[in-house]
Amino acid sequence: MSRGPGSQCLLPRLSAGAPSPGLLPGQAPGRPASLHEHLALHGGRPSCDGSLQRRRHLIGEVERAGLTGRGGAAFPTAVKLRALASAPHARVVIANGVEGEPGSAKDKVLLTLAPHLVIDGAVSAAELTGATEAVIVTHPAACAAVRRAVGERRRAGYDPVPVRVLAAARGFTAGEASAVLNWAEGNGAVPTGRPPRLGGRGHRPALVQNVETLAHLALIMRHGASWFRSAGTLAEPGTILVTMLGAVQRPGVYQAEPGMRVSGLLQLAGGASAEPAALLIGGYFGTWVPAAEVLPLPFSAAGLSPLGARPGAGVVAVLPAAACGLAETARLARYLARSSAGQCGPCVFGLDAIARELEQAAAGGRCDLPRVRRWLRDVTGRGACRHPDGTALMVASALRVFHREIGLHSRGRCSATASAGILPVTDPPS
Amino acid sequence: MTRRARLIVDPIACDGRGLCAELLPAFIALDDWGYPVIPGGDIPAGLEREVTAVARLCPRLALRVEPAPRG
Repeated sequence: MSRGPGSQCLLPRLSAGAPSPGLLPGQAPGRPASLHEHLALHGGRPSCDGSLQRRRHLIGEVERAGLTGRGGAAFPTAVKLRALASAPHARVVIANGVEGEPGSAKDKVLLTLAPHLVIDGAVSAAELTGATEAVIVTHPAACAAVRRAVGERRRAGYDPVPVRVLAAARGFTAGEASAVLNWAEGNGAVPTGRPPRLGGRGHRPALVQNVETLAHLALIMRHGASWFRSAGTLAEPGTILVTMLGAVQRPGVYQAEPGMRVSGLLQLAGGASAEPAALLIGGYFGTWVPAAEVLPLPFSAAGLSPLGARPGAGVVAVLPAAACGLAETARLARYLARSSAGQCGPCVFGLDAIARELEQAAAGGRCDLPRVRRWLRDVTGRGACRHPDGTALMVASALRVFHREIGLHSRGRCSATASAGILPVTDPPS
Repeated sequence: MTRRARLIVDPIACDGRGLCAELLPAFIALDDWGYPVIPGGDIPAGLEREVTAVARLCPRLALRVEPAPRG
């Protein structure tokens, strides 16, 4: 009988900076698992091919497992698999490892250390849906590891469908699903606003799935739904990779279970390194929450909902009390405004205007809060993708949580004793 | 409640020329940057022909009328 996913390692208790030894048995820390090591650890990839009935049954297993997308939207994976399986010919599976968000590292770490697990998942998804190709779109930082892994598999004749590796375009919006599909089909890495599964001009019907989701899929096909459900909560089963950054002792990537306390999550990273004031949960499209209120809550969509937060793509940033939340938010808003794909007016001009007001407020200047709130509503739902919506949600939460700080700034003061700059706003080099 | 026909803006195609808001100020407003805001998108009763005509006039072909779902 298999152990549950909480104990079996996808990437157990793994830190991107300094991985503990012996995490992936028989393998030096930080080095990608070879195909041989991967097979010794997880066993071979079970075939997901066969009759329509068998494939339906296997997709049913994904549904029973309750697997949801780990790219941030938490959409049920089985629904997407089913939709693609019924699409017209020439389907494609795209593993989304673009991870354009500078605060997130989990996809890069997963692709670097366990590339075969992701490729297994992509190939299984291709078999389940009848896709004729799997494309791994990876952040440039993980490209070498993925290419090496695909080369090994090709030489071994391991995969029944062709697997292609594509280095992702840089930039925050390049990871948006329609932008990834657009890039994989040889166009620009900009959102198109069209749902990937429907295809469209120059596009094949596609399943675009985050790489962590596919790694979970690979393990579900091996160990089954009840194994997957032995971790996490009833409503949010399985495990989730979390990138922790900011004021924690050991920033990095950790495998967590939905339902564990946020305080316990911090303990995985060695605890807080300074008195925490607020946490940004879910990434740059996430929600600022006061540390005292969020630390006792369960880390899950249900547990965080009283504070309006969600695990999202699993980014948890800890803002120390010594830093200014308003200045930090202004930096993030400027970064997100700069990251607009530049296609939709309300996003281009609206996010710039919002960032400018926040920068002025952070610098102790004039800030028209009612106007900022109106702009946050104005940009929401007005782009081809959710970039303006996500930015507006994050800024709106900052206006609530850092309300006192905003008041101080309007009187020319600031509570911070350290300069802002906790969250990274540049993409790591490849 | 009957579902109504909707006016959809293609935000990528829209360039903020503002012709639509000029022709149909009762239905289409402009935001602070000159881009059309259509509350809810639902076309008010009696305005369907005008809205369809305006959608055809958009110099960027960024407006589309989505018919009311049947049933």
